[in-house]
Amino acid sequence: MALRDEYTTPEAFRTYCREWLEANRPEPTRMPLPQAAYEVTLPEHRDYLVAWQRKCYEAGLIATDVSPEYGGHGFDDFQMIASNEVRRAGVPYFINWIGLGMTAPTLLAHGTEEQKRTYLPPIFTGDDIWCQGFSEPGAGSDLASLSTRAEKDGDNWVVNGSKVWTSLGSLASWMLLLARTDRDNKYGGITYFICSMREQGVTVRPIHKMTGESGFNEVFLEDVVVPDHQRIDAVGAGWQVAMSTLTSERGAAKGVGAVPSSESPMDNIEALIALAKTTMRHGRPVWDDAVLRDRILKIYERTVAVMQNGRRMGVPALNGGAMRIPLQSKLVGSELGQELHQVAMSVLGPAASLYVGDEHARADGKWALGYMNTYTGTISGGSSEIQRNILGERVLGLPKTK
Amino acid sequence: MSNSNQTQPKDFGYGEEQDMLKNAAQRFISDLAPLEALRKAIAGTEDPYLGEERRGFYDVDAWREMTALGWSALAVPERCGGAEMGLVTAVALAEEIGAAAMPTPLASTLQSTFLLREMATPEADAVLTRIAEGAAVAWGFSDAHGSLHPRDTSVVAEQRLLSGTVHFVQDLQKADVVILAAREEAGLAWYALDTGGDGVQLVADRIVDLTRDQGRVELNGAAGTRLVDPGAGEPAFDSALPALLTLVAADIAGAAEWMLQATAEYAKTRQQFDRPIGFFQAVKHPIVDMMIAADQSRSLVYAAACAFDFDREDALRLALLAKSSASDTAGFCANRGTQLHGGIGFTWESDVQIYHKRLMHAQQLLGDGVAQRSALAALL
Ligand SMILES: Cc1cc2nc3c(=O)[nH]c(=O)nc-3n(C[C@H](O)[C@H](O)[C@H](O)COP(=O)(O)OP(=O)(O)OC[C@H]3O[C@@H](n4cnc5c(N)ncnc54)[C@H](O)[C@@H]3O)c2cc1C
Repeated sequence: MALRDEYTTPEAFRTYCREWLEANRPEPTRMPLPQAAYEVTLPEHRDYLVAWQRKCYEAGLIATDVSPEYGGHGFDDFQMIASNEVRRAGVPYFINWIGLGMTAPTLLAHGTEEQKRTYLPPIFTGDDIWCQGFSEPGAGSDLASLSTRAEKDGDNWVVNGSKVWTSLGSLASWMLLLARTDRDNKYGGITYFICSMREQGVTVRPIHKMTGESGFNEVFLEDVVVPDHQRIDAVGAGWQVAMSTLTSERGAAKGVGAVPSSESPMDNIEALIALAKTTMRHGRPVWDDAVLRDRILKIYERTVAVMQNGRRMGVPALNGGAMRIPLQSKLVGSELGQELHQVAMSVLGPAASLYVGDEHARADGKWALGYMNTYTGTISGGSSEIQRNILGERVLGLPKTK
Repeated sequence: MSNSNQTQPKDFGYGEEQDMLKNAAQRFISDLAPLEALRKAIAGTEDPYLGEERRGFYDVDAWREMTALGWSALAVPERCGGAEMGLVTAVALAEEIGAAAMPTPLASTLQSTFLLREMATPEADAVLTRIAEGAAVAWGFSDAHGSLHPRDTSVVAEQRLLSGTVHFVQDLQKADVVILAAREEAGLAWYALDTGGDGVQLVADRIVDLTRDQGRVELNGAAGTRLVDPGAGEPAFDSALPALLTLVAADIAGAAEWMLQATAEYAKTRQQFDRPIGFFQAVKHPIVDMMIAADQSRSLVYAAACAFDFDREDALRLALLAKSSASDTAGFCANRGTQLHGGIGFTWESDVQIYHKRLMHAQQLLGDGVAQRSALAALL
């Protein structure tokens, strides 16, 4: 019997997800996993996380609402339930977060029937890991200034150029590639392709992060052949398609997989409160310091507010327009996470200096590491400054910044 | 740390009924144009603060109409002639009052209603009945230092005769009845007094906010009706507190949204350096931050109201969060709103100054953000 016939009510499905996650929580890895899928590089971690993702997919927690023809489970509107339960359970993240969070929604909206049937199932199982080849050395916030070229050659395209900051690039089989097909048309001259990372001419070179970890890469593309059937949507329509990918990346669109992170904002603030209650200064818990406590509670307040914002999205009469809250979520979530970690540094005081591996570091240095990794959120996927432009222009109608 | 969300409706308990009321209130209030009325009332008194008369400006006829529509009695129990609606509904209305910066005793009367409901005595019910009949009710307990809890009241009751002074009572000039905390030997009680009664002296404050009035009640052996037995006064207040806080936060949420929209609108129309000023990110980005602040406060206000109606155990936590957020939002939106309007926002002519002052006033009512967070710490 298909899962969707077995669990017909949201309550039944929620209970099922909860019980399944409880029963199937995986043993921890020998080497601890990085805090997020962004920093996964070791084959051991990859294999572990792919096996975990496949298991969750088979259990119906991934591609819950996707049609069975594309490998999904065919539920009506249960993905949110599964995703919430995954988040709640505090289980490992899904390694293929780009495939699940960006490729799948993009293909479902813009892909051909053939593309959906070919690429979606291995995204869900984790067999094919995806990366996103948007940014270039000369094209960051001004993404549309990208210069990687694709030239038509019969039924193929030949791609030359380079991409940078490509997360999961070293593990990926496929890349979402933006390339220029018309030099004279900035926005209308971009085309969206699916590019094999195993193709001749693709060179991946890891870049190290301030944390000492890796995870993102430079990708050099030299005469790489991309068949025309791997083009998504029309020639020159790449910018529109990229915008829909970015809307998904920023969490402002409904996903088809679960969230990449296994930490919920509520977990983070509760951990910070616990840290303040157990860190002693002048013989008393830091929590007793009224000034620091106020800063912590301000973050607690904003964390609860963000969760209630999410609830308000579902109440059209109160949400101030369909995109007003969703477009805030990436900006607010990432800045809140960053400030939370900054306050944690103050709570730790001089002990904030201790890093991963030091025997006296609280939580094995996760606060310092986590603090640094919050810049992933405030820079990637459109920086906080760009998010503020978007909100001002799209929601409040202010004049466009170039 | 309580996070019980199980018993709460996902939609904050906000349904068709609330939406109809909110929309009706929007239309009704916009027809009244309360700011124009306020402008007329204060015309020629560019310095009303220094005038002899310390009067609160408000449209008495509009208040009568609102009572006739049943708005002031919406939370009054049916047994007392009201509609027995919850805080979710009251908040929907309070937000519109804030958005219009309307001078009205509605907020005080709604707050009094929730306070009286928690008392649950025949005497409190008698006051609720008067609300259903159209009375405006104010309430208070503060000492001259602006204490935030009735246990600090300086009013003493002996044989039901009250002496002492209650400060910072909102809408005092508009009220028919005032409810006051008083200390007795056996503990804290609440009393109701007619504002015109013997031994009751009302002294209006000279306040910054032109859309409200505030004052102190001086009592010299004034006879009051005791609403709850000594000792029952604190628990009644404590269980009503989430509603009292949330109603102020809702007023702020409405006024902050006005400030946001007015500032965004101005940034689209005012031209400098050959462009609308909203082009510049030093203008654009803080306006976005106003929106973020306003939205967070609004979401917390709805959550707090919903918890009060459906999940009392979590009501205080969410109400403290709502007022904490709203107080900071009030300060921030007032500040950026005025700054980004330039000179015009600083003038008497501008509506920005009216909202700025209303927000400033509400920011401090029942305690600012820091005060809420310091109360919250005890719950976590
Ligand atoms: C951890 C991490 C992972 C990433 N993963 C990927 C990936 O997998 N695939 C991919 O394609 N990209 C990825 N990126 C790249 C990311 O999208 C870019 O870094 C980002 O778009 C910013 O571009 P930039 O780094 O070139 O900075 P720049 O665009 O040079 O910006 C520098 C500064 O100027 C500000 N700025 C720029 N323009 C404006 C403006 N108009 N108004 C106001 N301020 C402005 C920016 O906000 C920033 O503060 C990743 C980045 C990070 C940090």
